[in-house]
Amino acid sequence: MTQKIRFRLNGKEVELDAGDDRILLWALRTDAGMTGPKYGCGAGFCGACTVLVEGSAVRSCSTPLSFVAGKSVTTIEGLAHGETLHPLQQAFIDHGAFQCGYCTSGMILTAYAFLKERPHPTRDEIAENLEHNFCRCGAHNRILDAVEAAAKTGARS
Amino acid sequence: MTAILQTSRRGVLSLFGGVVVFFGLNPLAKSQGWPPYPSDFHAYLLVNPNGRITVFSGKIEMGQGVLTSQAQMAAEELGVEVASIDMILGDTDKCPWDMGTFGSLTTRMFGPHLRAAAAKARSVLVGLAAKRLGADPEALAVNNGVVFVKTDPQRKVSYGSLASDVHVAESVSADVPLRTPAEFTVMGKSIKRLDGVAKVTGGAKYAADLRLPGMLYAHVLHPAVHGGKIVSADMSAAEKIPGAVVVKRDDLIAALHADPQIAANAAAKIIVQQTTTSWPLDPDNIFAHFEKVATEVKVVQSRGDAANAKAARTFEAAYYKGYVAHSPLEPHAALADVKDGRATVWASTQTPFPVRDQIAETLKLDKSRVRVVTPFLGGGFGGKSASLQAIQAARLSQIVGRPVQVAWTREEEFYYDTFDPAAAAKIRAGLSADNKIAFWDYDVYAAAGRGASLFYDVPNVRVRSLGGMSFELDAAKAGLHPFAVGPWRAPGANMNVFAIESQIDMLAAAAKTDPVAFRFAHLSDARFRNVLKACADRFGWRSAARAGAQGQGVALSSDAGSVVATMADVKVDRATGEVKVERIVSAIDAGQIVNPEGARMQCEGGLTQGLGYTFSEELRFKGGEILDTNFDTYELPRFSRVPPIEIVLVKNDALAPQGVGEPSITTTGAAIANAVFDATGARVNRLPLTRARVLAALAESEKTRSG
Repeated sequence: MTQKIRFRLNGKEVELDAGDDRILLWALRTDAGMTGPKYGCGAGFCGACTVLVEGSAVRSCSTPLSFVAGKSVTTIEGLAHGETLHPLQQAFIDHGAFQCGYCTSGMILTAYAFLKERPHPTRDEIAENLEHNFCRCGAHNRILDAVEAAAKTGARS
Repeated sequence: MTAILQTSRRGVLSLFGGVVVFFGLNPLAKSQGWPPYPSDFHAYLLVNPNGRITVFSGKIEMGQGVLTSQAQMAAEELGVEVASIDMILGDTDKCPWDMGTFGSLTTRMFGPHLRAAAAKARSVLVGLAAKRLGADPEALAVNNGVVFVKTDPQRKVSYGSLASDVHVAESVSADVPLRTPAEFTVMGKSIKRLDGVAKVTGGAKYAADLRLPGMLYAHVLHPAVHGGKIVSADMSAAEKIPGAVVVKRDDLIAALHADPQIAANAAAKIIVQQTTTSWPLDPDNIFAHFEKVATEVKVVQSRGDAANAKAARTFEAAYYKGYVAHSPLEPHAALADVKDGRATVWASTQTPFPVRDQIAETLKLDKSRVRVVTPFLGGGFGGKSASLQAIQAARLSQIVGRPVQVAWTREEEFYYDTFDPAAAAKIRAGLSADNKIAFWDYDVYAAAGRGASLFYDVPNVRVRSLGGMSFELDAAKAGLHPFAVGPWRAPGANMNVFAIESQIDMLAAAAKTDPVAFRFAHLSDARFRNVLKACADRFGWRSAARAGAQGQGVALSSDAGSVVATMADVKVDRATGEVKVERIVSAIDAGQIVNPEGARMQCEGGLTQGLGYTFSEELRFKGGEILDTNFDTYELPRFSRVPPIEIVLVKNDALAPQGVGEPSITTTGAAIANAVFDATGARVNRLPLTRARVLAALAESEKTRSG
């Protein structure tokens, strides 16, 4: 059954038509034009599709669109303030914490949600939190460096 | 991105104006039998009237950082800031022909050509400036794109100004010398990646992110089993879905829709009848199969008489490795727009030019009417050398008359992957009475010759490759593999280095000699010695054994013109067989380094990715049926597996830049297997080092010790 789903996407109200089985990832990438969240595995294993829903990291490939009705969704496109990058984004650049960049939006948003909960984590805690975000290029240590550095400069904004 | 060039190359460039440098030289391509880089209208670079430089390269960006390093090379030779360069990569209408991005060749092979073009441009621009300023070219210098009189810097003219009123076409020739490391101001510096902002903001576009008006998303059906065939397809249920378009043409069966999710649902409603195969091959019996069918022998290296040489003690062993998936996080994707007898295809591919040719052949179009554009790739590792998805998208677009996107699911990625082949190696090696390696007799099955040659000083050596490499004809003829295999980062070398360095380690133990000292005793080449020493120094190689189940391991390798030594500390849990890597140090001599931080990232990435084939990645299959279809059963290296990694770049400015994308990964397996041996006395001869295999090796070594 088709219904209208209203939610806030990167600070703006949007309304999308959706059937019951509409998946958030495809609604974002196709209807809303937000291609920052990536398809990696389609089953919630890899984390490339991660977005924030009410500030929590959510795997959009396994989340029905109806779940975000009335809620606030942030994709990587909504993290920077205009030209000013979020400290996590800047730290990823500074530490070379990506190669192909395909996992990057998922990594940054997962770390963002984590740092909000736990502003001063140990390196091991960061690694544990990112354990189920996959990087195939092998940027793992630099991703930890970046998140650690961002935590120190206060990434909770 | 969507602008399509309809005009000729000359026409396009003359629209911009400016100084254009064309490509002429390509001796290496000639020697390899590749077509030469064209000398007509395929420019390396364009100096625009606004002062910006456009650099054209057929080499694509898949994470390895060549967007940045190529810009650095061009900036260095031109005398401009990197920030003034715009890179156009992998666009077959705009860039000089290129065979593909693989083999760690961008910097070492394409680099010199790009630099020669930039050097030529600088010399042409200085010549123009000399006329404009009424000065001798020798009296001029360049700084950030401004040519000035050395003795009177106020007399100056910018590249942009020189480019605004002239058009120059020059062939690249060898008469302009490249800058030397002593002169470098841009090369040799760790600048940040130019794709950084795009990649952290979601702005970087990959093939599946591209949209065209009226486009359809397609899902193509494939047989359940390799070697099987779809014999009939009932499309009726799929057809009933509003907006769905179905295609059944020869072997091409697909459902398309303006929405990707509905396209997938429609494809799932197609009911197929298919044949299957019953090839009784699996990950355990595949090695015996190789021995049976891999009869074609190629001699890779031969010195003395390894077959008949005598030694005080002889050691025989066999080593094995499973099939490994490429698993780039971005599955293959392509968007094709075929209309009016022209095809434009945006493809996630490492080989835009060969893909263009394949599309032209499949669609029966002239090459000149096919354009392949390469956006960012979400990883490749050799797996995107093959780009069937681009052919699928182009065929479908031609059939339905609308733009079509094909983006493989993870399951499709596992099905269509051209896997790194399983391989086996058998080694017979002899130690003389004074503990020198007297002979080395090495046979490798299915991994071919890369990394197979022995660089240690041994008088009698025979290295043979049986069955060849997956993508060579003899392997296909022999029916070596039950599904497609192909190049995987440093093809074959992971297997060869694992086997060779494990055996060398075994010989060192038999000689009761420290593994590093044993290697030094068989190495006269200065590069190998320097690299091994640099690694041992940084690592703090210990001559005495550590307590408990802790151990250190070393591996040495030569790949893509570079030399690498890697050392690892491990801890082994004897009860569970779990191996924890505590630390990795790796030293590399890759000649001159264009971007040290970029080179380190490649080495770290290779070593980290190598933890996969070392510990967890081994494709499960039953004949032509791939049993791993997603990351729940096929395990990539994750954060908990990755130890601190330190890279030492061994300075060697006398050598031109060599490859850094592949060499490091070849050492991960051997260094860790050797560390496990050091920790436990147990040698695991099959990758990956699963807990079960570590436990079995531990039990075996206990038996040998007590028996």
